[in-house]
Amino acid sequence: MNKRKLKSTVIPSSIMIGPVVLWLAFFIVIPLLYVFIMSFCSIDEYYNVVFKFTFTNYKGLLNSNYLYVYAQSLVIAFITTAACILLAYPFSFLIARTKSKKKTLLYMLVIIPFWTNSLIRIYGWRTFLGTNGWLNNLLQATHITNHAIEFLYNKGTTIFGMVYCLFPFMVLPLYTAIEKLDGSLLEASSDLGGRKAQTFIHVVLPLTASGIFSGSIMVFIPTLGYFFVSNILGGGNSDVIGNLIQRQFQSGNNWPLGAALSIVLIIITLLLVKLYQKCGGDIENLGV
Amino acid sequence: MSGDKKVIVEIKNINKFYGSTNQVVKDLNLEIYEGEFLTLLGPSGCGKTTTLRMIAGFEEPTSGSILIEGQNIENKEPFERNINTVFQSYALFPHMTIYDNIAYGLKMKKAKKDVIRTRVMEMLELVQLGGFEKRYPSQLSGGQKQRVAIARALINQPRVLLLDEPLGALDLKLRKQMQLELKRLQRKLNITFIYVTHDQEEALSMSDRIAILYNGVLEQVAQPWEIYEKPATKFVATFIGETNLFEGYVSEIKDNEVTAVIESGIIQGEGDTFELNEMIAVSVRPERMKYSLSPVEGFHLEGVVKEQVYVGSILKTIVMIGNGNEIRIERLAGESLPAEGTVYLYWESKDAKLIHTADHVFYQAIENIQMGREEPV
Repeated sequence: MNKRKLKSTVIPSSIMIGPVVLWLAFFIVIPLLYVFIMSFCSIDEYYNVVFKFTFTNYKGLLNSNYLYVYAQSLVIAFITTAACILLAYPFSFLIARTKSKKKTLLYMLVIIPFWTNSLIRIYGWRTFLGTNGWLNNLLQATHITNHAIEFLYNKGTTIFGMVYCLFPFMVLPLYTAIEKLDGSLLEASSDLGGRKAQTFIHVVLPLTASGIFSGSIMVFIPTLGYFFVSNILGGGNSDVIGNLIQRQFQSGNNWPLGAALSIVLIIITLLLVKLYQKCGGDIENLGV
Repeated sequence: MSGDKKVIVEIKNINKFYGSTNQVVKDLNLEIYEGEFLTLLGPSGCGKTTTLRMIAGFEEPTSGSILIEGQNIENKEPFERNINTVFQSYALFPHMTIYDNIAYGLKMKKAKKDVIRTRVMEMLELVQLGGFEKRYPSQLSGGQKQRVAIARALINQPRVLLLDEPLGALDLKLRKQMQLELKRLQRKLNITFIYVTHDQEEALSMSDRIAILYNGVLEQVAQPWEIYEKPATKFVATFIGETNLFEGYVSEIKDNEVTAVIESGIIQGEGDTFELNEMIAVSVRPERMKYSLSPVEGFHLEGVVKEQVYVGSILKTIVMIGNGNEIRIERLAGESLPAEGTVYLYWESKDAKLIHTADHVFYQAIENIQMGREEPV
């Protein structure tokens, strides 16, 4: 190979990669290291962080209240994911099988809310669902009920908010998988005697499983951390891990404990991604 | 085909529209016999695949009906029809092994495991793929995938097998080999094959009968030799093989010998359904075209040799006649053909096929105008 040519390609490539490496270092690697180190630090009596090595933070994680929230988080994340699959599957199928202009419209129905800040949208739901909100006013005006119903502040509403926020993350990978599904395979199944349900179970589902997997990972993991949803809609009785972390960094003012909780969340995330890869998932499909 | 053959598929007055204006199949009537190899042949967009898909049940005719063994199948889903399809792109299930792909039809019918096993093994034997059952479609070559697709379609023992350009994706050599194999399978199993292709050579070599479609209209249904020797329309004459086509009008009829006036002179052919002054086309195949270096008795067309092309087994000569049209002559290599100068072209009357050129649509339009149903533009 031509040495000169080799050299000339090395220089620009380092220039091109350089900023990315710096960016990753400053915004990912260093903060992560910072959190990791913080999780082994102690606090003094004024809640100041002191660089004294300790395992106390990690021991504190085994507190039964925390264990309950971990379990609750996993349950909420599981139900949210399941609900997203059930809702997003038929919808994605509809988008994938619709032609031309209508398709863009349906796609936009998912994408446009996606562009709007989710915090604002969740506050919107609180206004809508509150005891003095539009929904209650409407129900009373039409005499369906004669007293206000409390829709907010329970696990169900938190899950509803999670599903609402994360629905696009399920639709996009599912849509991609269903769009790739070759229509002639469905015809072949039908041709060979497969009824609609049989075709779905034996052909459609296995061939779109990758989309279900990616979508599930992309819904399950954020659910564990979306503290603002349970803060705004759940009113404190439907905490997820994210709430614990947020509390330690704010009202609790115990940053090392918050850092240790963050590390737990990162480990759960990595385990789930590993599981996803084990099941044959492609890590590239998780790119947001 | 002899009259005692049993009809298995009957297509009656089928019309198919996509949208409100795009008519892809126009008033199609076709009877397909038990155990025959029928090819639907035509250029792309002629409606042949749509016709096949209507028989399979993937598309519904806009009007008309399809009968299979005398039963109307209009309201039957594809899975309720005793017909199977070999798809153009094979459509093998990528997530299943070859075994599971072939077993699919029987599994859907909830056949017993050991029955499935025996049948799948039989099918693998039949298509000469023994030992491939554990592989996945992505691990097979095009020809092997093709065989799996055929085995999968045959496992349900269909009465009719539909094949949608099944060899289109294979290279020439493999295609020739698969043609022979398909024909062998069809004879062996005695199943009706309805085969769609745009490759006329394939159609001629494999079919018992060929149905030629053009712009959604059935132009001719006949045995391969008849399609070649007695094309019913101008389209069939030009689509199947090479031919020399002359257009003109009938000037004289003596018994079944017809004389026609064309731009470059007077020519003759045979036919018995023609009228004086009718517009006709005369088709003469290149291998039937004769030449002489001096004027011959009877009719002839004078021309100048323009080009000679040698293509292995055949020698082609192109002669330009009076109106600038090029006439092709073909001879087996070794026979002599003039390489230059003036020649006189002629042929035997029986070698010229006469074709009515004003088709029924044209006649209908004239009739309509005459009967005052439509004002002439």
